[in-house]
Amino acid sequence: MSEKYTDNKIETKAADTSSGSYAPPVEKIPAKESPEQELYHAKSFWTKWVFSQDAKVIGVQYALTATAIGMIGLVLSWGMRLQLGFPETFSFLGPATYYQSVTMHGMIMVIYLLTALFLGGFGNYLIPLMVGARDMVFPYVNMVSYWMFLIAVLVLIASFFVPGGPTGAGWTLYPPQAILPGTPGSEMGIVLMLISLSLFVIGFTMGGLNYVITVLQSRTRGMTLMRMPLTIWGIFTATVLALLAFPALFVACIMMTLDNLLGTSFFMPEIFSMGEKLEYGGGSPILFQHLFWFFGHPEVYIVALPAFGIVSDLISVHARKNIFGYRMMVWAIVIIGALSFIVWAHHMYVSGMNPWFGFFFATTTLIIAVPTAIKVYNWVLTLWRGNIHLTIPMLFSLGFIVTFVNGGITGLFLGNVIVDVPLSDTYFVVAHFHMVMGIAPLMVVFGAIYHWYPLITGRHLNQTLGKIHFWITFVGAYAIYFPMHYLGFIGVPRRYFEMYDSPYMTSGVGLNQFITVAALIVGFTQILFLYNLFTSWYKGEKSERNPWKANSLEWHTPEYPPVHGNFGKELPVVYRWPYDFSVPGSDKEYIPQDVPQSQVPTAKAEKT
Amino acid sequence: MFVSVIFVLIIIGSIIFHFWSPWWWTPVASNWGNIDDTIILSFWVTGAVFVAVCLFMAYCVWAYRYRPDRKAEYKPEDKKLEFRLTWLTALGVAALLAPGLVVWNKFITVPENAMKIEVVAYQWGWNYRLPGADGVLGKTSVGLISDDNPYGLDSSDPNSKDDILVMDADLHLEINQPVKVELRSFDVLHNFYVPQFRAKMDMLPGIITYYWFIPEKKGDYEILCAEYCGTGHYAMRGRVLVDDEKDYSNWLAKQISFEKMIAKNNLEKNLLIAENKN
Repeated sequence: MSEKYTDNKIETKAADTSSGSYAPPVEKIPAKESPEQELYHAKSFWTKWVFSQDAKVIGVQYALTATAIGMIGLVLSWGMRLQLGFPETFSFLGPATYYQSVTMHGMIMVIYLLTALFLGGFGNYLIPLMVGARDMVFPYVNMVSYWMFLIAVLVLIASFFVPGGPTGAGWTLYPPQAILPGTPGSEMGIVLMLISLSLFVIGFTMGGLNYVITVLQSRTRGMTLMRMPLTIWGIFTATVLALLAFPALFVACIMMTLDNLLGTSFFMPEIFSMGEKLEYGGGSPILFQHLFWFFGHPEVYIVALPAFGIVSDLISVHARKNIFGYRMMVWAIVIIGALSFIVWAHHMYVSGMNPWFGFFFATTTLIIAVPTAIKVYNWVLTLWRGNIHLTIPMLFSLGFIVTFVNGGITGLFLGNVIVDVPLSDTYFVVAHFHMVMGIAPLMVVFGAIYHWYPLITGRHLNQTLGKIHFWITFVGAYAIYFPMHYLGFIGVPRRYFEMYDSPYMTSGVGLNQFITVAALIVGFTQILFLYNLFTSWYKGEKSERNPWKANSLEWHTPEYPPVHGNFGKELPVVYRWPYDFSVPGSDKEYIPQDVPQSQVPTAKAEKT
Repeated sequence: MFVSVIFVLIIIGSIIFHFWSPWWWTPVASNWGNIDDTIILSFWVTGAVFVAVCLFMAYCVWAYRYRPDRKAEYKPEDKKLEFRLTWLTALGVAALLAPGLVVWNKFITVPENAMKIEVVAYQWGWNYRLPGADGVLGKTSVGLISDDNPYGLDSSDPNSKDDILVMDADLHLEINQPVKVELRSFDVLHNFYVPQFRAKMDMLPGIITYYWFIPEKKGDYEILCAEYCGTGHYAMRGRVLVDDEKDYSNWLAKQISFEKMIAKNNLEKNLLIAENKN
């Protein structure tokens, strides 16, 4: 061990000295490996904007659909918050409706909003542009992917209108209760939910294969893997995770549908329910939990990794400084992705699985904290000695760091098996995951929208509205979720319709009212954001080309905003990583990726 | 300036809230005070990291705010710094994990002298079963559950005869007597959770789960179902009353055993038959 350690050290030193000297200009341009992609050129309005095969249009379609269904998820949360904060004043939700709202809110936000937005939305828009490709490798499959997603969303919405209403099984859909009559929506609602999820997985797989293969096969000349922007690394790794994790959800959905409709017993043991013994027997409810969380935990990183990647780029561009420790950042993303497959049962410490698993899963879970912490250090170290423009994307990135660190450290509580015992299934958990996979990634989503909106529309979003949006959203969301952890310490369980007759729970009443008011304010501020989004489309201040002075390829297309095919006659050739800001030896403040060393001969060349 | 100040205020506000807000856990009433200690340790370690990272960030935002004449430093990597931070983090994580696992080991190792009690959950309520004088709980089966045999006890198992059936939402425990609760659900998932005991575990149909604790404070504690179990989840409450020896034996004397219940049922049946005959 010690020998290895010294070896490494020597190597490190050698590498350091080499990068300290001025390396000779690197001008190697690899030959083209594959023929030019033939694109389908749309002629009519329908094929251009509706059944579009252009990844950029598909990305916008994904984003708009996800936002629309996300608004429904948001409104559902208002109903829940009113019930929790002011149960006497607002009594329009009964327990059944409350549980249906909880369920649909959770499922919509995690799957149909965040996953679809990061991978379907940002993935589609940014991957081809940032790796220097004309489009995704399979544009037609990509189009079908979006339409499958839309059908999944429509099936989900349809479940609101069937007899019995949507399922109220909790977003985790745990059997047996998910398909037994004691749960709201156990008639048609649960069936439609399972079908919708299955359709989502099918649609996602089509898109996901596209993202992965495009990144692996369609990078332009010179765009080595270690020259890719971290945004692409994040989205790419997340997609790989999703392709491996979603099948577990898919089979779980199919098996539960069979249990429900055909009377199989995959997840159903012998049950005595409501005065009679049911026909089921021999199945295991824990099996479902394993399948669900084998998907569910990577799902957290499916949302988090793109956010990690995007925020790295936002911080770097707006602080005018290279991302600190790029290689470490890439490896951290990959390691987090790999580890995320062996930590799932930390959601199940008190599920009744063999308690010895606790040792293993607590250890793996806490190990994940190390690469994650490194990423946090590298973000703040990128700010160190930067030249920080406090633009709206930067503000959201800073908001992300605060909320993510806050939500991340509470993860260390819940991952540590014994600490999870009192805290699991309480509001501590609710606060934790909203902070870490709700608010933190949303901060990045907003930052990214303010950052790339000019690229998409050629116009800026309104800055004043943007600043109001940021401060209310960030401070408000923090005010919602930070105190909520303490409800969990009192012992308030999650998924309680009401609880005020409990002796010590009454102390939480004031806090619950405060949280509700804050949630409503933050919620309504999002309408302001949507207003900004739509009006700026035609009224916003016109954006000059590359307004943030970024280096990555998407800002350097011949036409701005980029058109179908992305790049002109010739695809760009990449000579450097995307983080050449304030390079010593160069009088240029930034050097785009497609600028050869011969044009900036004095600039220090980073080995990439 | 403004931005940094707000960030610093948020951090200070969080610290103030943590130490001075009235919302804190209920006093522990079992032997699991160790769990509280582990949480406190986690607070200090992670809290320090949170405050340090956020204050550093706020400082950078203030010190390196945009100036036209400023040029950002160009520093792609610092292997030494990254190496140190990695190991420091690993050390911090180990410091949280090690004591946590020690307590977990305690939590899953049930002492010999623990009294076994069965907790039965159904939609939506609680029942209990005590082992009786032999200290052994009799066998049960879902198929045997009926109005006459609400726990589905196997009457051919000699251990079942003296089992005491508590068909009530209130459970009494004797103070300082270690208890192993064997958790059993008839229908869907439930979770036997008493916040003051700090312990909880899911209950599943089909298998028996368990945990153990020692009730160390006399009192009246609320049982909450902590695993979502359908529309009545929030209303699924019960009580644990921790008594001294005398109160406990008084309560115990009033409970009936399985044998007595069968006898009573048969008596009622015979009476009913007799009545019908008349």
